[in-house]
Amino acid sequence: MLITCPYCGPRDVSEFTYQGDANRTRPDAASTDQAAWNAYVYDRVNTAGDHREYWQHSGGCRSHLVVMRSTLTHRIDSVRFARDEANGGTARRAGGSRA
Amino acid sequence: MKEYSALALLKNAFSGNRDWKPAWRKPDPKPEYDVVIVGGGGHGLATAYYLAREHGISNVAVVEKGWLGGGNVGRNTTIVRSNYLLPANTAFYEHSMKLWETLSHELNYNVMFSQRGILNLAHSPSQADDYIRRGNAMRHDGIDAVWMTPAEIARKVPGLDVSARARFPIVGGLMQPRAGTARHDAVAWGYARGADRRGVDMLENCEVTGFLRDGDRITGVTTTRGEIRAKKVAVAVAGSTGRVMKLAGIDRLPIESHVLQAFVSESLKPAIDTVVTFGGGHLYVSQSDKGGLVFGGDIDGYNSYAQRGNLPVVEEVMSELASLFPGWASVRLLRSWGGIMDMSMDGSPIITTGPLPGLYLNTGWCYGGFKATPASGWCFAFTIARDEPHPLNAAFTLERFHRGAVIDEKGQGATPRLH
Repeated sequence: MLITCPYCGPRDVSEFTYQGDANRTRPDAASTDQAAWNAYVYDRVNTAGDHREYWQHSGGCRSHLVVMRSTLTHRIDSVRFARDEANGGTARRAGGSRA
Repeated sequence: MKEYSALALLKNAFSGNRDWKPAWRKPDPKPEYDVVIVGGGGHGLATAYYLAREHGISNVAVVEKGWLGGGNVGRNTTIVRSNYLLPANTAFYEHSMKLWETLSHELNYNVMFSQRGILNLAHSPSQADDYIRRGNAMRHDGIDAVWMTPAEIARKVPGLDVSARARFPIVGGLMQPRAGTARHDAVAWGYARGADRRGVDMLENCEVTGFLRDGDRITGVTTTRGEIRAKKVAVAVAGSTGRVMKLAGIDRLPIESHVLQAFVSESLKPAIDTVVTFGGGHLYVSQSDKGGLVFGGDIDGYNSYAQRGNLPVVEEVMSELASLFPGWASVRLLRSWGGIMDMSMDGSPIITTGPLPGLYLNTGWCYGGFKATPASGWCFAFTIARDEPHPLNAAFTLERFHRGAVIDEKGQGATPRLH
């Protein structure tokens, strides 16, 4: 499995650390909504198909990434910087192009 | 149906083995059952068996999208053990071990349960302390555990690098002598035959496509072989839990599906007569009766339903094996495969009523489901029959995560890839 880091280009999966399901919404840090925190920590959609997930290029540029990957075939459709996703999708770069 | 016996073997040998009957019938689905079990793997089949055997409920169907025993029960590394630390796990897995010890007689089917022991190698003083603590917890609960010194280990496991030059020198090991291996397919077939003989219908090539509902209550399933109504529907589908439960409208569960790879080498002369696990990384290895080394390591570590893994884990597992047993470095790999694990958020299983009325759920086996097969079926059958858990599975609820009552054997937190 190759992941195309937006900064480093295509690299082997062994350079990356999986950080899990990106479909979860972290409650506001000041939130005291126990159910929302429990759901954030423990509950997963566990999609069979296109899965939005976090990876970190820990063996490379150390960027945090949001990857769209099929859990049925391991095909990767898009890789973006997590910070761009967090900023409302501005300044997105196409997968594979250098910054 | 006839009992299997040495005499039957002899008789059939003389008649050219032409008179054996199929081990279970191939019935058409009835319109309604008392219980429909979704999933014809080890756990589903054991559940069907114990429903009929222990609770007299035999108007039961097992619906399986492929063939019986074609999933994880037929693709694991066959290890059976009960060497856990936490009370809920020790009691449950020791119950399973006791069922294993009489299973071949119980089923009149040779599951080839071989109590060859499991040896957990420790590679640092702190790891040794941790293992000894676990051994003491086991002995406290009446489970066998023996601490072995490197000299004893060298005598027990020839070929193992116990030298001080090893990458991770061995400082000792925790042995559970009653642990071992079993013929995994035979477990599925034995339970299927036993359940069938008590009247349970095995419905193969019958994929569940949806659930029948009356308000919130589940009242049956729709399948590729038609609609089947049921008073109770029990789901035991391991790595497919997410997919099947979505059909019932349950979108989120404390489960992630991950791929685990397993490996078999070419056949060797007898090399090891026990199960060995490596504590410096993650590796477990035993030798099958055919001579192949059967081994595996960590899951690949990302969500997957693909039933095949990637090369980094292959490389890691091979290097671990070669570092433990340098003499095996030139042994060739015969085959490898992947299975889908239902990784729970605390590494422990879920056997429970719900999450909807009329529905029962058995999941979260991570990659330790095979050893649990008898107790899982036994407890799940109890839970379905009585509508409440047995004390042995009372802790394995779905709500425990939201109540803070997790059973986290390794203390890894809600990170399924680390369990």
